[in-house]
Amino acid sequence: MSETMITTATVAAQATTHHEEHGHHHESFISKYIFSMDHKTIGKQFLITGIVWAIVGGLFSVLFRLQLGYPDKTFPILETFFGQWAKGGQIQPEFYYGLVTMHGTVLVFFVLTAGLSGTFANILIPLQIGARDMASPFLNMLSYWFFFLASVVMMSSIFVNTGPASGGWTMYPPLSALKQAGDGQKIGTDLWLVSMALFIVSSLLGGLNYISTILNMRTKGMSMTRMPLTIWAVFFTAILGVLSFPVLLSGAILLLFDRNLGTSFYLSDIVINGEVLPNEGGSAILYQHLFWFLGHPEVYIILLPAMGMVSEILSVNSRKPIFGYMAMLGSLFAIAILAFLVWAHHMFVTGLNPFLGSVFVLLTLLIAVPSAIKVFNWLTTLWRGNIRFTPGALFAIGFVSLFISGGLTGIFLGNSTIDIHLHDTMFVVAHFHIVMGVASFFGMFAGVYHWFPKMFGRYLNNTMAYIHFWVTMIGAYLIYWPMHYQGLAGVPRRYLDKSGWVNFNNFRDLDQMITIVTIVVFAAQLLFVFNFFYSIYKGRKVRSQNPWGANTLEWTTPINPGHGNWEGDIPEVHRWPYDYAKDGREFIPQTEPVGANESKH
Amino acid sequence: MHPHKFTLWVAMGSLIMMFAGLTSAFIVKSNQVGWKSVTLPSVFWLSTVAIVLSSGTVYLALRSFREREMARYRLWMGVTLVLGILFVAFQWNGFMALWAQQITFRGSGAGQFLYVIFGLHALHVIGGVVVLSVLLAKAFFGRIKIYSSIPVEIAATYWHFVDLLWIYLLLFFLLIGGN
Repeated sequence: MSETMITTATVAAQATTHHEEHGHHHESFISKYIFSMDHKTIGKQFLITGIVWAIVGGLFSVLFRLQLGYPDKTFPILETFFGQWAKGGQIQPEFYYGLVTMHGTVLVFFVLTAGLSGTFANILIPLQIGARDMASPFLNMLSYWFFFLASVVMMSSIFVNTGPASGGWTMYPPLSALKQAGDGQKIGTDLWLVSMALFIVSSLLGGLNYISTILNMRTKGMSMTRMPLTIWAVFFTAILGVLSFPVLLSGAILLLFDRNLGTSFYLSDIVINGEVLPNEGGSAILYQHLFWFLGHPEVYIILLPAMGMVSEILSVNSRKPIFGYMAMLGSLFAIAILAFLVWAHHMFVTGLNPFLGSVFVLLTLLIAVPSAIKVFNWLTTLWRGNIRFTPGALFAIGFVSLFISGGLTGIFLGNSTIDIHLHDTMFVVAHFHIVMGVASFFGMFAGVYHWFPKMFGRYLNNTMAYIHFWVTMIGAYLIYWPMHYQGLAGVPRRYLDKSGWVNFNNFRDLDQMITIVTIVVFAAQLLFVFNFFYSIYKGRKVRSQNPWGANTLEWTTPINPGHGNWEGDIPEVHRWPYDYAKDGREFIPQTEPVGANESKH
Repeated sequence: MHPHKFTLWVAMGSLIMMFAGLTSAFIVKSNQVGWKSVTLPSVFWLSTVAIVLSSGTVYLALRSFREREMARYRLWMGVTLVLGILFVAFQWNGFMALWAQQITFRGSGAGQFLYVIFGLHALHVIGGVVVLSVLLAKAFFGRIKIYSSIPVEIAATYWHFVDLLWIYLLLFFLLIGGN
């Protein structure tokens, strides 16, 4: 019964995500399963919506990579699909900027925020702390539906006549505040702002619930320091979101006023198309402060859940306790604090006071300390472990690799002097795609491969998973490693066509290579999507309650848990979740009482 | 603590961040050239009286509910609701008075911030008014089976919060916005 319920719920979620594109659906079927208050179903709804968005956002990057790799070639098929946006088979400038903007917005917010922490916070919090559901299942359901509404609005902005917002995902004024500035600054930007406001509401409702569930609904014996690191990570993520998203909302509200009601919070002394605007006294930098006060914590909102899941998956699959649990916790805490104190490192070249800049340099470089602690602990967890290279474990190891590579370039960018040269170049693009984009995606994939058996009662196909991993891993480095060299040579980001610069023509072949690899990697992601949906229905069935031999509570539930998670009483917890390879036993579940002769950690 | 109450406290932290963002934007802007300050219309004092009184009445309502004095509870809830609506009406009058002084959306001084900040605060009061109306409707028409004071406590805490938030915003505009 519960299995059919889960599959139908998934179908419903699929149907809804298709709904926004096709506009027809079967009312009775959807209304039955759609408004679920079960945290597991809501998690799956987040995941599947996130997957749809990831395909859209990824496809956008393939399209603008075509332009970057082959600026003078024509692709008639593009005109067939996109009409005026790709006149003569060439991506038009407005389309290009729309693609870049939507790619950033969709992946940062809709995929890596909602799709990542929305999915795993929902699925894992009650299961791993031993609760029947969230503190408020109703708010939790609202959180998904606000996200869905935000998705509908954002998706619709792609189909309006003047195109989607195209001022860059950071939506800096004055460009984003003036409708005269271009097609993308017309209705598309308003829809972007409305969609983001809905998204912020969704993310706040979700975050409130996660915090209050973790602090109030733990089962007997589950003290804070007996929680798996996944839960600690989503806990800090939720705190970051709850404190920083409202500030973005204030920034967005002021921008909406400037755009539509004639205020000048961000506008001053502007001449556009020969017309002198009346706006006076505004400050565009003010927006940047408000934006990056969210924007920087947002990076950690994306990264922390991935870090938590990687810690858990590495420990389970190297059959060893996590190395330095308290150090992991402390470094999560340090990162969460520092996340709020470094926002101005995005603004070194805005005319920021150099003294203030040096304070932000110091605080930014301080983040290297907790990050290095985490890396050290992941490596020492793997060290001399009895590693099982499951797809989840591979992606977790890949995460560590990417986090190191991408983290090191952060040290370059965190220095305000070097940033003068590197700001707004491809170096920045390479840095944040590796450390935040691809690394978090690896954490997400690791999580999906690891917890898919719990979500759907079936396994993903391993062969497809290994192909997916190796293509993505090698591809990610092939795409982003060369971009560092481009950036060091001064190649700017976001430019439509760089062929006018003689210096940059050296990179023509490199750009083509990157574009080809992007297409291959995108295809590998489609393979994953196929594997995901195929395995929901046809995957190998899970036969044992605890397939990975893990200690945490979710593996004490039935293979296909119903609403309420445990049949009978919620289990009591007697130990931390990382008793692997202890006293000659491979693993000791958290529910097992501490024996009289047991050694202490 | 009841999880729902805890959720409310976290939500209030979140709301504080939003208003902190706006008021710090105000401070940053107020140090720049071309800043225009604003004198608060006196009707905002009336709204202050209304909302401070309503904090008292919602406290009395909660106490009556705890003592199972449903008649008194309905009375105090009703009074709170009326005071809440009055507050919003006074705010609206205040906006109108400012507008009449040619302080419109044009520009970027204290007046424009006032519309945004007080407006957002008023929206949160309206949200509270909706909650109070629902509770009041339940008190008149609902059949109460369990005397759980949690929903009333949550509504009362939120109501005190928007009251305190208003006092903060008022002082902010008097001390920093007026110069």
